[in-house]
Amino acid sequence: MPAETLRRLWPLAALLIALVAIALVASLAPIVIQRRVVEALIYLIAVVALYIFAGNSGVLSFGNVSFMAVGAYVSALLTLKPAAKAVFLPGLPAFLKAAEWPTVPAALAGGIVAALFGLFVGVPLMRLSGIAASIATFAVLSITYVVLGNWTSVTGGQNSLFGLPLYADLSTVLPWALVAVAAAFAYQETRSGLMLRASREDEVAAEASGIDVHRQRLYAFVLSAFFSGIAGVLYGHFLGVLRVESFYLDMTFLVVAMLVVGGMRSLLGAVTGALVISLITELLRQLESGVPVGGITVAAPPGLGDAVLALAMLLIILVRPQGIAAGRELGWPFGARAQGRPVSSDRISGGEAK
Amino acid sequence: MINLAQHVVDTISVGGLYALTALGIGLIFGVMRLINFAHGELITAVGYALLLFHGWPLPLAMLGALLIAVVLALVMERVAFRPLRGADPETLLIASFAVSFFLQKLLALTVGARAKGIDFLPSLGEPIAVVGIRLQVLQLATILVVAGLLAGLSWFLGRTRAGLEMRAAAENFRMARLLGVRADRVIAVAFALSGVLAAAVAFLFVAQSGTLTPRMSLQLVVIAFVGTAIGGLGSLVGAAVGGFLVGAASVILQAVLPFELREFREAFAFGLVILVLLVRPQGLFPARGLKERV
Repeated sequence: MPAETLRRLWPLAALLIALVAIALVASLAPIVIQRRVVEALIYLIAVVALYIFAGNSGVLSFGNVSFMAVGAYVSALLTLKPAAKAVFLPGLPAFLKAAEWPTVPAALAGGIVAALFGLFVGVPLMRLSGIAASIATFAVLSITYVVLGNWTSVTGGQNSLFGLPLYADLSTVLPWALVAVAAAFAYQETRSGLMLRASREDEVAAEASGIDVHRQRLYAFVLSAFFSGIAGVLYGHFLGVLRVESFYLDMTFLVVAMLVVGGMRSLLGAVTGALVISLITELLRQLESGVPVGGITVAAPPGLGDAVLALAMLLIILVRPQGIAAGRELGWPFGARAQGRPVSSDRISGGEAK
Repeated sequence: MINLAQHVVDTISVGGLYALTALGIGLIFGVMRLINFAHGELITAVGYALLLFHGWPLPLAMLGALLIAVVLALVMERVAFRPLRGADPETLLIASFAVSFFLQKLLALTVGARAKGIDFLPSLGEPIAVVGIRLQVLQLATILVVAGLLAGLSWFLGRTRAGLEMRAAAENFRMARLLGVRADRVIAVAFALSGVLAAAVAFLFVAQSGTLTPRMSLQLVVIAFVGTAIGGLGSLVGAAVGGFLVGAASVILQAVLPFELREFREAFAFGLVILVLLVRPQGLFPARGLKERV
């Protein structure tokens, strides 16, 4: 392979290698740790999905968790045992009642329905920019939450949906994580991705150069919705139980915070953010459940972990307002030109508030 | 007719509460482009402060709670937001999320996550009849407090030097600084004011609900946040009107929607939000300082 191609693919290759390495190490660990890693990888897919839209367009979306919800419920309805559905969801349409799909097609269906939903809301919403767009996606989140929470015949409403096949483990989640990261990288290298990134830096100039910002945003939004849907599917089959509550403000906060803490302007940032926050969460969880010090076990009071997590996020943001990765991708480590993508940024296009 | 009047009173008192919350958020956005999600924690803090000062003479307890809100707002600004001044709005928003989350969890850790009852101003819950309309004293009090605060705020912004500086800063921060407005002071004043507004909202809200939980102000802030955007971020009139409209919309929808659709009330309200944004992306009262110059 010519060195130039290798160099160009390196930011992707390095991330994929890192993820495989993490999974390999985890596969040797006890099952409890393995589940934590699986959970982290699912969050990673959700964050990368959000990054595909928010990172490239510069418009923060609070609506992606609603795509996760849609994906999760679609896959759940397609894979639950018909007998279970007859008990929990007697009002279900006949074709859903009888459905018992294999897991992979059901997961794809979840992603595709989420993407279609993204297309449906994206057509009007992508005309908006900045805060208006963020608020509108937030409105989508709230609407989805209210509708799913009250559409009792299909989602079970406020009741939990039990008995999803628990297939999400390392061997199923890792491939999806790799696909999501590769797709995000491929997208940002395409013409469409580059045009969208141009519009992120200067929307007016991009429009003036003939870029159809609405259309490019829509492409990214649909792709983003697809992978959010997949993350939702996996989350459902990881927990085995679906609650509408799980796909609302807390999840949105966590996913958005992971992206911003990592650095929302690069794929490296998205991946780093998801992994770092997951790691901190896990360490705090360990601390809460007790750490042996000398002969005694010292446990932090329950609930302390959450407070410390919020504090840690705040500290990271204070120290690195651009996020951990600060907009850079991984540079080629061997030989000359070992530089990341140049940091584009608001240093040039400072707003009024600066 | 009387029925209609009753709905109008309901709408105004609920909308007014949201308008005050939205103003608190809008004030801060005006001067530093920060959507302060942690505004809700100021409200919550006042609620718990009232519980803490239970048994004190009422005016003293309220004054103490108000001071706590103002001090907390100032500390928040100094510790979390001042170092980030000038960062992207996303970063600021997430920082405020983190502050909000931290305070919420800290509260849950220290006083517990379970709801606590509080008997604050119980006399306000009594019904009275005014020209045939039955209403609670609380609703009247809410309307009076909202009207009073709005009048006070517009006096402050229109007639005092600090208010003038704040309006100048909201319009064009850099220009205002060049003309001698002290950035630190104007931002601190804005935070202190948002603390006062939060306290007012908390008094009314707590008197109305009678319970305290660490997450009690979530709904208020979310609606106010949406209201600020609809009204036009950066515009104070917009924030007040937007907050009022979203609150009012939910009361009106509750009244006019057919019964089987009522549980979807908020979905309709947020649908309206999307419609308004599509028609007027800059909000109903666009702030001049935010208009993009090419």
